[in-house]
Amino acid sequence: MINPHDNTEPRDMIVVKDLYKHYGHVKALNGVNLTVKKGKVIVVIGPSGSGKSTMLRCLNHLEKPTSGEVWIDGLLLGKDEKALNEARTEVGMVFQLFNLFPHLSVLENVTIAQKVVRGRSKDEATDIAMKQLKRVGIPEKADVFPTNLSGGQQQRVAIARSLAMNPKIMLFDEPTSALDPEMIKEVLDVMLDLAKEGMTMVCVTHEMGFARSAADEVLFMDEGLIVEHTTPHGLFNNPKEERTKLFLSQILQH
Amino acid sequence: MDNTPSISDENAGIQLKDISWWFLAIILIFVWAIYIFLTRENYQEAFNFIKIGIAVTIKTSLIAYAFAVALGLFAGLGRISKNIFFNNLSRLYVELIRGIPMLVLIFFIALVGVPMFVDGINAFGAWLVSIGLGVIGAPLSGFGNRAFTMNSRAIIALSVTYGAFLAEIFRAGIQSIGRGQMEAGRSLGMSYGQTMRHIILPQAVRNVLPALANDFVAMVKDSSLVSVLAVRDITQVSRLYAGSTFRFREAYITVSVMYLTLTVVLSLLVQLMERRLRNND
Ligand SMILES: Nc1ncnc2c1ncn2[C@@H]1O[C@H](COP(=O)(O)OP(=O)(O)OP(=O)(O)O)[C@@H](O)[C@H]1O
Ligand SMILES: [Mg+2]
Repeated sequence: MINPHDNTEPRDMIVVKDLYKHYGHVKALNGVNLTVKKGKVIVVIGPSGSGKSTMLRCLNHLEKPTSGEVWIDGLLLGKDEKALNEARTEVGMVFQLFNLFPHLSVLENVTIAQKVVRGRSKDEATDIAMKQLKRVGIPEKADVFPTNLSGGQQQRVAIARSLAMNPKIMLFDEPTSALDPEMIKEVLDVMLDLAKEGMTMVCVTHEMGFARSAADEVLFMDEGLIVEHTTPHGLFNNPKEERTKLFLSQILQH
Repeated sequence: MDNTPSISDENAGIQLKDISWWFLAIILIFVWAIYIFLTRENYQEAFNFIKIGIAVTIKTSLIAYAFAVALGLFAGLGRISKNIFFNNLSRLYVELIRGIPMLVLIFFIALVGVPMFVDGINAFGAWLVSIGLGVIGAPLSGFGNRAFTMNSRAIIALSVTYGAFLAEIFRAGIQSIGRGQMEAGRSLGMSYGQTMRHIILPQAVRNVLPALANDFVAMVKDSSLVSVLAVRDITQVSRLYAGSTFRFREAYITVSVMYLTLTVVLSLLVQLMERRLRNND
């Protein structure tokens, strides 16, 4: 049998077409186009207010675009809430401020959506949760409440919570920027492992070390547009746009 | 010199302003009340007459409060809903109730609202019969005002009134939960309703538990208003007693002490709960 879709070419996990998002007269996104292949790690950088978070939040329709299309693994996100909820289970999201559920233990944080959305039994959900907590290195904190964890531990729980839904894509919005410096590494290490295991990832982060070692592609955004779309090598050695150079010189000073 | 404070040192530190004089006064009032109820026949008689209303007062308050919580939760969710109809309906309900004195509301709901509702059900039943659905329609069209005793009308009136107050408490509680919680729930694929139920509401309710409990205490007091519907709660029974014996002093001292006992005990429980909640944070 001849397969017209050659398996050596990975399939498109995210396709964004002409994405606009306006808040009143604030134009957060001004026509973003993007294709992310399966297993690729994309790092998004850009100055504050350039629309990085907005783009990420449009990818799972946490924010409804003003116009444009978002396709997740071949499915167009539309208005139907049920279909959207289903699509969101395929797209994990990690936030700057963790957003753990403070009234639930670490274990319950990781099992609740599995039970409610995936309909898994308590035992099955617990098994999966413990596996994910081991993966992020804190199975011993399962019965602790989030307020008793350090920032780095909280963020790792948040990652485990998303992974427990078996997503095809993971979105990270500045996952380390609220952390004390000594905790950044433990979170980046988890992200690096994920990248190695072949997860499709879109990460807004200014951790250039992560971009260098894990990213397949780097997007530089400014004023609601992808200004430069390149490789980490291209970004550090040969940035084309003046705005990119200026931004890099600012963040690499430190 | 020995620096460890001795017991007498600590006692010397207590100042007049540190003592809850008002609370001591309340205790004195109770002691005095117990004394007169034990020693004076007039008061014993009044007490024995009025105590038959205690069950009605407590039952009315409890049932009405349970309905008010359900109604308030529903309307509170409506106040923050993006659904225009649901949102405006809830707002209208809250504003109407807040704009009318409670006493008037109780008259209105019990003597106008309930009969209007019954008429509506009857008309609906008659319509069902006319289109051939007699099985459902007949009982509905025959359904009379008698089905609602004054006691149940009083409960409906209190529930509807307090539902609006509780709606605002629930709304404030939900809005006190950061937006990130809803986003985290939604990003995991939970629906709005699922996130509300499993993530937002448990936290919101915990935050407003003291306010909810305080409103229960207020409801116990406001339940005295249902005496205008001739419901035999302690207020009504004490009025009857005073009216027939002209012992106003005995009647109203007795009923006041009864309310005070209920509210002081409940308030202490609320404070205990607040302290518990704070320690758990
Ligand atoms: N909910 C909102 N309502 C109104 N304006 C918004 C909203 N969210 C974002 N914006 C605006 O959209 C623009 C893009 O914001 P966005 O958060 O996407 O930027 P960002 O690149 O993530 O910035 P940062 O690095 O500070 O996180 C900004 O001008 C911001 O003020
Ligand atoms: Mg941002």
